[in-house]
Amino acid sequence: MQLDWIYGLVGGGIIGLAAAIFLLFNARIMGASGIIGGLIDGSGKSDWTERALLIAGLFLAPALGALVMGGSETNITGNYGVIIAAGLLVGVGTRLANGCTSGHGVCGISRLSLRGIVATGFYIVAGGLTVVIFKHVLGVI
Amino acid sequence: MRNLVSFVVGSLFGLGLLISGMTNTNKVQGWLDIFGAWDPTLAFVMGGAIIPMAIAWQLTKIRKPVFADSFPTPPAPQIGRNLVIGSTLFGMGWGLAGLCPGPAIASLSFGGGGGVVFALSMAAGMLIAPRVRTRLDQAAAAS
Repeated sequence: MQLDWIYGLVGGGIIGLAAAIFLLFNARIMGASGIIGGLIDGSGKSDWTERALLIAGLFLAPALGALVMGGSETNITGNYGVIIAAGLLVGVGTRLANGCTSGHGVCGISRLSLRGIVATGFYIVAGGLTVVIFKHVLGVI
Repeated sequence: MRNLVSFVVGSLFGLGLLISGMTNTNKVQGWLDIFGAWDPTLAFVMGGAIIPMAIAWQLTKIRKPVFADSFPTPPAPQIGRNLVIGSTLFGMGWGLAGLCPGPAIASLSFGGGGGVVFALSMAAGMLIAPRVRTRLDQAAAAS
């Protein structure tokens, strides 16, 4: 538990390094929802190979990492109704807002973008209230 | 080269998410849960990620991109309705499951059936998002 924040800082640093490389080399914003969403709704056709390869790395590297570590757990809820609702909300919400934790959070806040800061404020407050209501009041998650 | 960079970036992104613990929904929900056993890890992850990226933004002012003609122009600093509604909906889903888009992909190999169903639902949400956006715009124009 005491080591968790060090892993957080190191892992976060690697995420930031990845975003920095994407910006400085390819002049692109490393926003997960934009990269995935552009492939899904067809708006990212012109550079689909870059998007697909980024997603391939995003899937394969932690898959390999988890194997080396002897497995990993997401501890996601077993309630499929909650999972489906959550997935739909994340999918619609991130595309409506044009960004998620990586795009608005990491890439936006680091350049002091007003949109990034406001978006991050809203999704953190909404997420916090949701956890409080669904965990402590309703006991669903 | 841009393709190779994209793959390396995705791989680093995924490893960073795994190492930082952000593929573990308990840690994300633990951070959001201020009335439970609060877990500060996510703040360290965010801080750790923002520092190199802030340096990168400074470098964009004095350098050209390596494999592109120019850096992207930031959108106008406008707080629209869609930004607020979208971020609120996203936050609700993030709180419910403890996954956001990056970790959803990064954890697919070990996330079991729940992880796959989440990713498919997220994809479905992304597919219908343009229609939701049109509806919201129409409703706003009518009011």
